Amino acid sequence: MEPIISVRSLDKTYSGGFNALKSIDLDIQRGEIFALLGPNGAGKTTLISIICGIVNPGQGSVIVNGYDIQRDYRRARREIGLVPQEIATDSFESVLGAIKFSRGLFGKPPNPSYLEKILRQLSLWEKRNNKIVTLSGGMKRRLMIAKALSHEPSVLFLDEPTAGVDVELRQDMWEMVRELRESGVTVILTTHYIEEAEEMADRVGVINRGELVLVEDKKTLMQKMGEKELSLQLPMPLERIPDSLSDLPLRLNGDGSELIYRFDIKSENTGIPEFLRRLSSANIEFRDLYTRESSLEEIFVNLVHSARHEGEEQFSGEAQP
Amino acid sequence: MNWYGIAAIYKFEMSRTWRTLIQSVASPVLSTSLYFIVFGAAIGSRMGDIEGVSYGAFIIPGLIMLALLGESISNAAFGIFFPKFSGTIYEVLSAPVSPFEIVAGYVGAAATKSILLGLLILATARFFVDYDILHPFWMITFLVLTAVSFSLFGFIIGIWADDFQKLQIIPLMIITPLTFLGGAFYSISMLPEFWQKVTLFNPVVYLISGFRWAFYGVADVNMGLSVGMTLLFLFLCLTTVWWIFRTGYRIKT
Repeated sequence: MEPIISVRSLDKTYSGGFNALKSIDLDIQRGEIFALLGPNGAGKTTLISIICGIVNPGQGSVIVNGYDIQRDYRRARREIGLVPQEIATDSFESVLGAIKFSRGLFGKPPNPSYLEKILRQLSLWEKRNNKIVTLSGGMKRRLMIAKALSHEPSVLFLDEPTAGVDVELRQDMWEMVRELRESGVTVILTTHYIEEAEEMADRVGVINRGELVLVEDKKTLMQKMGEKELSLQLPMPLERIPDSLSDLPLRLNGDGSELIYRFDIKSENTGIPEFLRRLSSANIEFRDLYTRESSLEEIFVNLVHSARHEGEEQFSGEAQP
Repeated sequence: MNWYGIAAIYKFEMSRTWRTLIQSVASPVLSTSLYFIVFGAAIGSRMGDIEGVSYGAFIIPGLIMLALLGESISNAAFGIFFPKFSGTIYEVLSAPVSPFEIVAGYVGAAATKSILLGLLILATARFFVDYDILHPFWMITFLVLTAVSFSLFGFIIGIWADDFQKLQIIPLMIITPLTFLGGAFYSISMLPEFWQKVTLFNPVVYLISGFRWAFYGVADVNMGLSVGMTLLFLFLCLTTVWWIFRTGYRIKT
């Protein structure tokens, strides 16, 4: 199937000389939830802002549902709803007035029953005649989503949807995003909360220093990059790993009462039986054991870290005469 | 053409007017009435006619222009400055509206507002003095042209301004003096010859003169020149707006 968004060799350098995006290639599939992950300043918002028309693109092209965002900007933008990171509303406008405005702006004829449906979905219908200034922070955020959905877009961008949002609202938001996906809307969200990507996304893209470091199916990613750890709680703390076990991928935690064995879940032979045998011949006892999968967070930190490391190496390499 | 988009911006801006009725309509009407009382009724009764027009009636076109320029600029400037300031401009930028449609919405609303205001002041003047309108067609033409040009000018200021001070500074420091010195309260023929020449560099002179001609058939400068200068200013503003959207100046990075 044709991707709904197709980004090719997209480059952006701000007038101050900051190179925010470096030749980004990215395809977003129809109907998926795609999480764009990256530390602050990595280029997430720049990428979204270019696709939505808020920031001028540099080199490269972006096609949304078959329409080029520059040549055919009207049709491209009609496909897109954007919920920006910052809450920005007209305080003295009413809730209903605000979403009517949004719908009109996107060139759609009035449709009161559709707007009512959205407001009900987002629990804002009771507040429809209230001025925005009287709404709570959570309601304002939901209003931003209602505005973005008012023109029936096929792609919804959520820029840091749950930044500074309490746990309950975050759960609601996730629930809502899933419902949207079921109704056929493609959702692209940026976040620096890994758990959000882990919880919601079908696919994950990691962006760092303007480069797309990785794009992967979330499950594959977690399998591919995932390592498991077997942790043993020892009744008698060890001072150091015995020599007879030094060839194994082991480490001691804390005061030496936790012995951790690392293994790869992909490999057929995890080595666990042998490890346990050798443990017993070394006369090490344990009172409890459990295994733990590495989270997306660790994968992410590793990726960003290694990218940074490479960057530094490259830099020091260039500095040499 | 995204008509719904233009209508959305236009309606939004007009509803801002109704929300702030006192500030946007009542206060200019009140201050103009004060001018009528002070200059028209109190001082005017001691002044002779100017070119056959009583002083009270003579200042009406100038007073309307004074309000029209100030209000056109401040309405349009605030209309576009505030979304920039509050961040809601993201929505307009991400919407399928062309620069022309954005300008039509914002400038159209600001111009509508100041035209209504001009007519309201004209009606208010009836309570204080008698006046004729010899050329109603040209009166409306000048009213509309001036409202549109200066709303465009205000739009440019609103884009350019990045704080509230800059928003105020041009109307306050440039437009108001130019209007006062542009013959709102006097005929420039009353000035010494040297200052008459200097005054011709003031673009507002042409607006007021043309507008007054539409009322009473008397003018400081040739009426064709007045129309020409107004159109020239309109053209300059349009070119600037076109350049703003082309480069994304102060609205897109």
